[in-house]
Amino acid sequence: MLRWLDRFCHWLAATPLSQALQSETWIVPALQTVHILCVALVFSSALLIDLRIFGAVSRAQPEAGVAARFLPSLWWPLPVLLATGSLLISAEPARSLENPSFQIKMALLVAAIAVTYAYQRPLRHDAEYWHRTGQRRHAARLVAAASAALWIGIILAGRWIAYTQE
Amino acid sequence: MIVENALVWLQDTAIATAIREGDTLFPWIECVHVLSITFVVGSIAAVDLRLIGVSSRDRPVSRLTAEILPWTWLAFAAAAASGGLMFASKAVQYGGNTAFQLKIALLVLAGVNMAIFHLVTFRRVGEWDAASGTPAAAKLAGAASLAIWIAIVTCGRVIGFTMVDLPS
Repeated sequence: MLRWLDRFCHWLAATPLSQALQSETWIVPALQTVHILCVALVFSSALLIDLRIFGAVSRAQPEAGVAARFLPSLWWPLPVLLATGSLLISAEPARSLENPSFQIKMALLVAAIAVTYAYQRPLRHDAEYWHRTGQRRHAARLVAAASAALWIGIILAGRWIAYTQE
Repeated sequence: MIVENALVWLQDTAIATAIREGDTLFPWIECVHVLSITFVVGSIAAVDLRLIGVSSRDRPVSRLTAEILPWTWLAFAAAAASGGLMFASKAVQYGGNTAFQLKIALLVLAGVNMAIFHLVTFRRVGEWDAASGTPAAAKLAGAASLAIWIAIVTCGRVIGFTMVDLPS
């Protein structure tokens, strides 16, 4: 592994914050519980929007309405995920930062956020944006498929962190 | 004694042994479990929050449950199947794990709460379906469901930390 990353992990593990998080055995599972509950909200919201784009759920309500209903519960848990995730990293830096599963997870996360934002942005000014042309309808389905695949990948990579430690 | 024997028999089956002894089978089954349970909990939370009166208030409750719950049940079936396989792989140890026992008890409780809601409160859903305000019984059912599912996830995480030789 990269030497600077290794040094950073050692430094982080020695900080008072990291020491405090490691001092009680219940802290890490408690943080993981909050983390996974927020993952549940984000993943379900994303999947329900994606399923609607494919016409598999909530067909009685327009796509933009479903997006407006579930996008808030996709975005607002993200700061909580960032906070609990950062604390989990601080508690065991090498377990995550130097872990290939964690690195893949972060790359997928950036892509998932970009894809979600790309879908949401045009809807702000035009609720019918993704329905105006056949090409856009097609693009929306691609976005939905990518979103579902990325969020599933994020959860899989997250679980594999426990199994791919150095 | 009968239970003990049954658990030993279960974990000695070929499939349980394969999961226990394989290098990657257990983590992949765990992945399916986490994926399905996150959708179960998240989608149930969407319904619970509507019942409590926090979100989707402009959508009739019956429509929300009709469009979301079939997917929730599909995910629940996947969670139960993957959970059953993980349980089988170390049946004796899981059977004696307090967090596991509590989790199963909470699942039963979630089922009872849901049954009461559907058989009593939801029967007269026509009277309050489209209203943004819901009756107290519906709010109570939603709040209880949320609390129970949060406790179920908590127990699930604790199991990972109280089982011997299971990575957290």
